[in-house]
Amino acid sequence: MGYFERIFKEPRWGVHPDDHKRPAADAALRLLPPPARVYMPLSQHVGGAARPIVLVGQQVHKGQLLAEAQGNISAPIHAPVSGKVSSIGEVTAPHASGLGFGAIVIDSDFADRWIDTDPVADPFSLSPEEITRRTAAAGVVGLGGATFPSALKFSLGKRLAVGTLIVNGGECEPYLSSDDRIMRDSADQVVDGVRIVMHAIGARVALVGIEDNKPEAIAAMRKAAAAYPEVRIRPVPSRYPMGSDKQLIQALTGKEVPADARAAEVGVLVHNVSTCAAVHQAVRLGRPLVERIVTVNGGAVARPGNIFVPLGTQVDELLAFCGLNEAPSRLILGGPMMGTLLAHGRVPLVKGVSGIIAFDAREAAVPRAGPCVRCGSCTKACPMGLLPLEMAAHIRSGDLAGAVDFSLTDCIACGCCAYVCPSHIPLVQYFSHAKGELAARERTRLRSEAAKRLAEARLIRLERESREKAEAAARRQAERKAAKALAAASASQAQAVVT
Amino acid sequence: MLSAVGTLTTMGLVLGGLLGTAARYLAVEENPIEAELQSLLPGSQCGQCGYVGCAQAAAALARGEALVTLCPPGGKAIAEALAAKLGIKVDLSAVADDGPRLAVVAEEICTGCCRCSKVCSTDAIVGAAKQIHNVIREACTGCGACIERCPTEAMSLVPLPVTLQHWIWPMPANV
Ligand code: SF4
Ligand code: SF4
Ligand code: SF4
Ligand code: SF4
Repeated sequence: MGYFERIFKEPRWGVHPDDHKRPAADAALRLLPPPARVYMPLSQHVGGAARPIVLVGQQVHKGQLLAEAQGNISAPIHAPVSGKVSSIGEVTAPHASGLGFGAIVIDSDFADRWIDTDPVADPFSLSPEEITRRTAAAGVVGLGGATFPSALKFSLGKRLAVGTLIVNGGECEPYLSSDDRIMRDSADQVVDGVRIVMHAIGARVALVGIEDNKPEAIAAMRKAAAAYPEVRIRPVPSRYPMGSDKQLIQALTGKEVPADARAAEVGVLVHNVSTCAAVHQAVRLGRPLVERIVTVNGGAVARPGNIFVPLGTQVDELLAFCGLNEAPSRLILGGPMMGTLLAHGRVPLVKGVSGIIAFDAREAAVPRAGPCVRCGSCTKACPMGLLPLEMAAHIRSGDLAGAVDFSLTDCIACGCCAYVCPSHIPLVQYFSHAKGELAARERTRLRSEAAKRLAEARLIRLERESREKAEAAARRQAERKAAKALAAASASQAQAVVT
Repeated sequence: MLSAVGTLTTMGLVLGGLLGTAARYLAVEENPIEAELQSLLPGSQCGQCGYVGCAQAAAALARGEALVTLCPPGGKAIAEALAAKLGIKVDLSAVADDGPRLAVVAEEICTGCCRCSKVCSTDAIVGAAKQIHNVIREACTGCGACIERCPTEAMSLVPLPVTLQHWIWPMPANV
């Protein structure tokens, strides 16, 4: 893009961090040999945890159903390797809290034997409902990181008659290149997946947004989509957070999604490129989601690149495969802007993980936070048009309601504000804390409402019980009286007979 | 048959009318602020504040006879809300609030005497006579009313376990 175009076409929001994507993005995809043991969490998606249906000691094949979806919003889990279920219990979650969650542990037999799959030669002959069903059964969730069950989004798109499918190939986070790699290596699969998703939701066009810092991916996708005019490849300026739904929709269609609305309400639906490839695998090949591409990058990694990994593999094992120059000073799951800080690498990889970043001491150095100098940089950078400094000030003084008045709930936690802040104030952490606190208060409110209902129900029960007791007592008394009267009557009768 | 229907109908009408008039004439004046205060209280009627129930506690608050820190299970959050509603400032540092708690039964020493389930204001304890009792997590408000009742000290309050869904990021250290 020329300088002139840059000034006019570049969005005003966001930041432009050094992307650090190469050389990892250019390294050829490598395959991780099946690990000896995988830890398959039951909760790798938004919604209810899956319910295990296998028993300890059971032999499973690769792709076999381990746990079924439970509740309205949920997704099933399948075996990423063949082997034996060795235990079902708690493992440390890939989460900043370091708390545990349920997982199924499988000891691999290294045979990698697949289940009998049910491929479909022509997915376009299937009804949209059937595609949605197959996608749900394969446990496909949003692989860009949101991990919302994809099949539910299909149904939503169908119901709201969405005309345009937006395919997110933005991958705006620095260091990550898993989407880039899948577009370069498997563009045909991605495009096929895109067309299957279009068929499932009844969309007429698909706009594939790819940041212009990935020319190879753009070329590969253009070639793969050449035969399908309804799939349009659209380069977008590289600017963080271009991969965020609202920003990408605006860049591609010019439509603005209102703060409290879903994308489907403006007639579009967003799916990530890796998710589309997973839909291709699920529908055309009948293979559930059990593997994915993960970027391993950062200064501490000896051979950075993209690795094809069975889900449930421990982070440490993957890092060992890529080699470490030094012990990582900071370990991040996902990108450096929005990723999850890990305390250690003994946690399993889950469906939504697109990368692991191991920073060396130099990269991990965090400058000390200073007081706010009210420079306004954070406001300029915020893609949602918020006032981060005001929100943080309210949160610091404990005034959450004040922060909400400044639209705290619109914050997408993209981290642009903290990135530009010259005082290095951990702004996003303030917002995450406040959002958690607000959610906790809401839970308390719901709980106390439920308690009120229960207390009222108990009073009604006590009343009813005492009434019933009184009635029963009255009845017994009446019966006793009647019996007495009867006895008296028969006695007098007997007397009459005698006399 | 007809006479029975007639009697019951007239009885219903007469009694209904009576109740209606009684309600009008004997109505209790309810202070609007009282209702609002009551809606802020937990409503589990546990009686730990020293009043019979949450309504009486709200009335006392409205009359200015009780402190906003009166509700032990409510903790800081409710004290704060009450103070805001009444427009007063309080020092909350003295309020003991070690987070939400939950009653649990030590199954090996429960004799199934049923005393605890009788006092629970939200019917959170289930169990039949001579059977081990148990607390339904979702229904227990952690009021602690059952703890004293247990003759074998089988009941205790434990902090509500923190799960992934309940964990919140800590506030950044002050700069
Ligand atoms: S306030 Fe939220 S949305 Fe705005 S830049 Fe900061 S993290 Fe991003
Ligand atoms: S960027 Fe940092 S220093 Fe500048 S106004 Fe925002 S919070 Fe304050
Ligand atoms: S179980 Fe005990 S602590 Fe829980 S609500 Fe009932 S009486 Fe209160
Ligand atoms: S009061 Fe104690 S012993 Fe009796 S039923 Fe309850 S827990 Fe069991």
